[in-house]
Amino acid sequence: MVEVKNLTKCYGNIKAVDDISFTVETGEVLGFLGPNGAGKSTTMNMITGYISSTSGTVTIDGSEILEDPKATKQKIGYLPEIPPIYVDMTVKKYLEFMFDLKKVKLPKNEHIEEVMRLVGISDQSNRIIKNLSKGYRQRVGFAQALLGNPPVLILDEPTVGLDPKQIIEIRKLIKSLGKKHTVIFSSHVLSEISATCDRIIVISNGKIIADAKTNELSTSVSGEQKLALQIEGSPTDVVSAIKKIPAVIRISKGQTMSNNVTKYMVEYEKGVDIRRDVFSAMSRIGCPILDMQSGNETLEDMFLKLTSADQTNYTKNGGKG
Amino acid sequence: MTAILKRELSSYFNSATAYVVMAAYFVFSGIFFTYFCFGFNTTSLAGVYGNMFYIIMFIIPIITMKTLSEEKHQKTDQALLTSPTSLTEIVIGKFLGAFILYAVCCCIFLVYAVVISFFAAPDWPVILCTFLGIILLGATLIAINVFISALTESMIIAAVVGMALGLLISFLKNISDMLSIDWVTFVLEKINPLTYYTNFTYGILSITDIVFFITVTGLFLFFTVRVLEKRRWS
Repeated sequence: MVEVKNLTKCYGNIKAVDDISFTVETGEVLGFLGPNGAGKSTTMNMITGYISSTSGTVTIDGSEILEDPKATKQKIGYLPEIPPIYVDMTVKKYLEFMFDLKKVKLPKNEHIEEVMRLVGISDQSNRIIKNLSKGYRQRVGFAQALLGNPPVLILDEPTVGLDPKQIIEIRKLIKSLGKKHTVIFSSHVLSEISATCDRIIVISNGKIIADAKTNELSTSVSGEQKLALQIEGSPTDVVSAIKKIPAVIRISKGQTMSNNVTKYMVEYEKGVDIRRDVFSAMSRIGCPILDMQSGNETLEDMFLKLTSADQTNYTKNGGKG
Repeated sequence: MTAILKRELSSYFNSATAYVVMAAYFVFSGIFFTYFCFGFNTTSLAGVYGNMFYIIMFIIPIITMKTLSEEKHQKTDQALLTSPTSLTEIVIGKFLGAFILYAVCCCIFLVYAVVISFFAAPDWPVILCTFLGIILLGATLIAINVFISALTESMIIAAVVGMALGLLISFLKNISDMLSIDWVTFVLEKINPLTYYTNFTYGILSITDIVFFITVTGLFLFFTVRVLEKRRWS
């Protein structure tokens, strides 16, 4: 379990990370989302003890990173943004070095073989890292983080520079690792985060601006849900019938197409499902529904909304995971 | 610490660095040896050792220039600093790596002593005393240069500053002579490693000299640890 409390990092007068708090449970995959320069890497560097925090604490399974750095660091596998690899070594030699550096107490050769197999670099083991492609270097960095089976994995943009096939493989790997490990990984690619993570923290200008389960996030941002409809029949009847449904906040009429079909957008309260009510209301007035879609904002909309000028804290009305 | 040391040694010996450094060291010590011992028909290696400082002041910055600067530059320090290995272990590992390469270079003097033994009986106590001196002098310079390497991200700057410092040390005596202010002369003489080193080349083994080198070495290794520590907090 990772517990981050009131973590702050100042560089002179600039607050790179501003009072961040969150908890990650064992076996959870947490996505760290934010635009460039939001403070993702700084936060990760503080969690792993690479840099110290100005104030605040990071506790991993009960040990604090600044008070007991040795024991805490042993529990973390870290893949920084730029993989920390020595380009003059062979893959195997490098992993052996990292194995010794991390003071891992597992059978050395078997463990390194296993990790290399897991990230798919077994056939590259005797190549000098200098000669490897970016994707393979990234995997070597990944392998290094997995050495010693640490309970917590911190991955800073692990899929950057990989080809689509490799990205899918790495995502699968992260998902499978999430069963045994606690994983925190950062990205600015939204689809990646939503495909892999149980929970998302959105960070912008050093502050957490959203913290929710992946599927709850977009509703938690807007605070209401939307339904896009295409209904045949008189718009006046339709609007008045829908307005009678209790959870509906507002209905707006869109363009009328041929055949007397009109588009509508219905906004209704969060946590309610009005689709059945809409169906029975329309059947009562004899107006057939031709199309019905949940008009939830996509993660992209949400992300842009969150990270744009508006800096309201959405965590309060968001479902905290 | 052993992990760092092993990696340092393999990086020296798997690249050209170790061999170029050793070749340069052997060539110049060979020239000095031929010039002083054969040229003056003497079995004393004092002249060779006395001049070796001009070689090691260039060689040591080359050995140590990338120890810590390159780690920072390539961001590999993230792996070191987030591992359960302590800063002290890292710094000592780096230091020992450079020191072992330097010590291997110095072993050539034992070969010269054997060469002399074919012509006349070498003065073994003096030779071994001087050998200890050059090892200790080297250790001190390596510690200082590792410290310089920790201060910068560029290995070129680390090397240039290290060499400039070496030159400054070699001029220290001339500077104090030139100033001829009593207390300045006194201070400069006391902080000049060559003052202590010269005693070794005469075959004088004194505790003061040994303690001086060991203290300065320890001090600069400590400073290096503090620099790395400070960087995390700033």
